[in-house]
Amino acid sequence: MQDIIGQYTNTIHAAAKCKTPLFIRSGGSKDFYGNNINRDGHDILSAAAYTGIIDYDPTELVVTARAGTSLADLETELQKQNQMLGFEPPHFGPEATLGGCVASGLSGPRRVFVGATRDFVLGVRMLDGNGNNLHFGGQVMKNVAGYDISRLMTGSMGTLGLLLEVSIKVLPIPPIELTLRMQMKEAAAIEEMNQWAGKPLPISATCFYENNLTLRLSGAESAVRAARTKLGGELIPDGSAFWNSIREQTHTFFQSGSSLWRLSLKSNTPPLKLPGQQLIEWGGALRWLACSGEDVNTEESIVRSESSLADGNATLFRSNRKSESVFHPPGSQMIKIYQRIKEKFDPAGIFNPGRMYREL
Amino acid sequence: MHPLELVSNLRNFLPPDSVLYETEDLKPYECDGLSAYRQTPMIVVMPETEEEVIRILRVCHASKTPVVARGAGTGLSGGALPHAKGVLLSLTKLKKILEVDPITRTARVQPGVRNLAISESAMVYGLYYAPDPSSQIACSIGGNIAENSGGVHCLKYGLTVHNILRLRVITIEGECLEIGGACFDTPGYDLLALMTGSEGMLGIVTEITVKLLPKPEKAQVVMAAFDDIQKAGNAVANVIGAGIIPAGMEMMDKLATRAVEEYVHAGYNLEAEAILLCESDGTEEEVTDEIQRINEIMKKNSAVDIKTSNNETERLKFWAGRKAAFPAAGRISPDYYCMDGTIPRRNLARVLVGIEKLSIKYGLRCMNVFHAGDGNLHPLILYDANQPGELKKTEEFGAEILEMCIQVGGTITGEHGVGIEKINQMCSQFDAKELEIFHAVKSAFDPDRLLNPGKAVPSLRRCAEHGAMHVHQNQEKFPDLPRF
Repeated sequence: MQDIIGQYTNTIHAAAKCKTPLFIRSGGSKDFYGNNINRDGHDILSAAAYTGIIDYDPTELVVTARAGTSLADLETELQKQNQMLGFEPPHFGPEATLGGCVASGLSGPRRVFVGATRDFVLGVRMLDGNGNNLHFGGQVMKNVAGYDISRLMTGSMGTLGLLLEVSIKVLPIPPIELTLRMQMKEAAAIEEMNQWAGKPLPISATCFYENNLTLRLSGAESAVRAARTKLGGELIPDGSAFWNSIREQTHTFFQSGSSLWRLSLKSNTPPLKLPGQQLIEWGGALRWLACSGEDVNTEESIVRSESSLADGNATLFRSNRKSESVFHPPGSQMIKIYQRIKEKFDPAGIFNPGRMYREL
Repeated sequence: MHPLELVSNLRNFLPPDSVLYETEDLKPYECDGLSAYRQTPMIVVMPETEEEVIRILRVCHASKTPVVARGAGTGLSGGALPHAKGVLLSLTKLKKILEVDPITRTARVQPGVRNLAISESAMVYGLYYAPDPSSQIACSIGGNIAENSGGVHCLKYGLTVHNILRLRVITIEGECLEIGGACFDTPGYDLLALMTGSEGMLGIVTEITVKLLPKPEKAQVVMAAFDDIQKAGNAVANVIGAGIIPAGMEMMDKLATRAVEEYVHAGYNLEAEAILLCESDGTEEEVTDEIQRINEIMKKNSAVDIKTSNNETERLKFWAGRKAAFPAAGRISPDYYCMDGTIPRRNLARVLVGIEKLSIKYGLRCMNVFHAGDGNLHPLILYDANQPGELKKTEEFGAEILEMCIQVGGTITGEHGVGIEKINQMCSQFDAKELEIFHAVKSAFDPDRLLNPGKAVPSLRRCAEHGAMHVHQNQEKFPDLPRF
C-alpha cells in the first residue's frame, strides 16, 4: 500500500511542477456532482487503488479505512457488527468509495436527526498539493488539538488535497424501524414536521411528496411502538426500500425533470412556488426541485433568489446542461478566504480546479 | 503605537469605562481558569455592540496591536492569557439572547451569553442546548465556540461543533463573515468547523445560532462500583457493544470517589477501585428498557454494587459527586492541575497504570475522572504551588501523561484546548508539515498574526527548542531546523 502512496506523491509532484490540473476520481459515482469542468487531455488521479479497513473496533464506535475502500463493502463490514454510518450517505452507484463520500460531503435521509457526514468525520490522512503526507484529527471523538482540518476536507470536493485515510464515528443500527405514511397538504406537512422535531419522538427520516408525508421511526421497540400510536398513519410494509429510493435517488421523482435542484432552507419555510415538482426531506429543510423548463436562465435566477429569501441556498444537483456554477455563489469576503486556504493547501492549483467554484 | 495613544483612539468611540488601562483595573484579567499562568494586558476593552467590536479590531489592525479575546474566563488551558503588549477583548457585555425560535428549534445569541442561560430561555418550549461543560453556569457560548466544548452528554448529543448552525465572525481587518446558515448545510469550505475550537486565533465571533433539542421525557442513571479498573473498562465497552449509546457515561477512580464522597455524600462505594455512572435518556419506554439492559451488563462484568436512581432527586445526587470532582480536588489539596487527554477507550487500563507509575515517580497524588464513553481523561494532579519546584514537577508529570495519550493513539486535548498550556505537546502530536498547514490556515484569516499570538499552534522554532520533542519511527520531525 505504501507503493500506492508513493505513486500518488510522484503524480502530485509532477503535476505541481508543471502546474497542470489533476482530477481526483475513485469510482466515479459522483462524476455528475459539482461544476462541469473540461477534463480533456488532463490527468486523472485514480484514488480507487488505496483500499481496505485499517482499524475497526466496534466497541470504540470508530472505523478507520483507506479512502479507496468501497462504501458498500465498508457498510457490509459495519453491518456484521450491527453498526452503520449514521449519516446514511448516498452511494449513487456500486462503485462509490469512502473517499468520494467524504469529499462530496453528501448525507442521506437520517442527516437532520443524527448529523451530517462532517459530524461523523474524526480524522484524515491526506496528501496536500506539495505531496506532503499529513494527518489531522484522530480516532477519538473529542479532539481539539489544532484546527479542524478533517472537517474542512469534508465536502471540499477534492480541491484541497487527496484523501488517503478517514476515521469515522459509527452508530449502532437501531433495533427497530417502522415507516408510516399519512395524507396531508404541503403546508400542513411542513408545520407538522417542525412541530414533531421539537418533541422527544424517535423520528429518523421524513419525506413529503404528492400530498403524502412519509415518516421513519427508529429506536428501541417500545419507544417506536409508542410513537406509532401517538402519530397514527398507515404502516408501510417495505419502508427500507422506500428510504433507499430516496437516499439513492432511484425514486421516480428524481427521474422526472431535466434539472434537479437541491434547496437547503430554513426548515419552516412555507411551500415555495417554483416551476416543476418538489419532494421535501429533512423535516422541511431540504427541498428537491425537478424542472424541465426551456428557459434555464430564468429558472436559475428564480430558484436562487427564492432560496436566498428563505435564508438558504440552492445547488444545481444534476442537469442535462453543462453549468460552471452549480453551487450558490459565496460573497466576495468568503471567496477571498476560500482562495487563501486553497492557495496554502494547493499552491500550484492542481487539485480539481473549478469543480467547486471557478475561483478555486 | 504608544499605549495612551491607543487608549485615546479607542475612547473615540467607546465610553471611558469600557477601556481599562490602569494597573489595578487590569489585574482581574491577568489569567483565565488556568491561574498558573499570569500576564497583565496592556489594555482591556469591553465592547457592547458588534459595531464596537469592528471598530476595535480596525484600530488594532491598523496599529498592529495583538488582540486576545476573552469570554467568561473559565478556560482551563490559558487560551485567554493576555498579551503584554496587546488588547484584551472582553466579550462579556455582548450578552443578549436575540431570539429563541421554538419552531425551527434554534436560538440566536451573542457570545457573552452563559451556556446555561440558553437552556433556561428555551425551557418554556421543552427545548434545551445540549453541550453542557461542567462550567456551564459561568462559561460563555463564545468561549464554548473557541474551545469546541463538550460535557458529560456529548457521546450522544455531540460537541459544540455539532450543535451550532451559524456564526457571525469579525476578521482582524474588521470585515464581517456570515459562516453557516439557518439551513443545515451551506456550500463551500466548512469554515463553521474551522472556527469551532480555533481558540480565538481566526476571528471574533459576535453572534451564534445554536440548535436546540427537545428535552428527553425521562432520564435515569445507573451507578455501579467495581473492584478493578479493567472490569469497569470492560463494562463500558460492553454497553457500547450492546448497541447502547448512553446519554452520559462517567468513571471515577478510588481517590476521586473518596474526595467527592466526603464533600457531597452521594452514597458512593468507598472501597471500589472504580465507580461508573451510566445514564439513559429518552422516552419513558426507551429508558425503562435501556436501564434494565445496562443493569444486566454491569452485573455480567462483576460490579460489586449497583444502584439505579429512582427519581430525579436521586439522579442528581448520583451526578453531584462527579460534577463536584474539581472542587473536591481543591478541598483535599492546595492546588490541582487538570489534564485533558483523550484515548481510544481500549487503552484505558494501560494508561491508568501508567499514570499510577508516574504518580510514584513524581511523588504527587493524581485522581482520575474520566468521560468513559468518549475516552476523555481528566487526571487531576494534586500539588502545592507554595512548595518550591512542585509546580514544575506537576507540569512535567502532566506532560508525560499527554505524551502517553499520543502514544496510545489519542490526543493531548479533548475539550479544554491547547492554549498556552499544551503548546509544547503540539510538537509531539504534529510534525512540521502539519503545523505549517495550521499556520497557513491562521494566515488565511489573520496574515499579520495579531489574534491571540503564541497560542494553540507552536512555531517551528519553539518545537525545535522544546526538549521533549520525540522522534517517531526514527524520523526526525524537524530535520531542517537548527538545534539549540
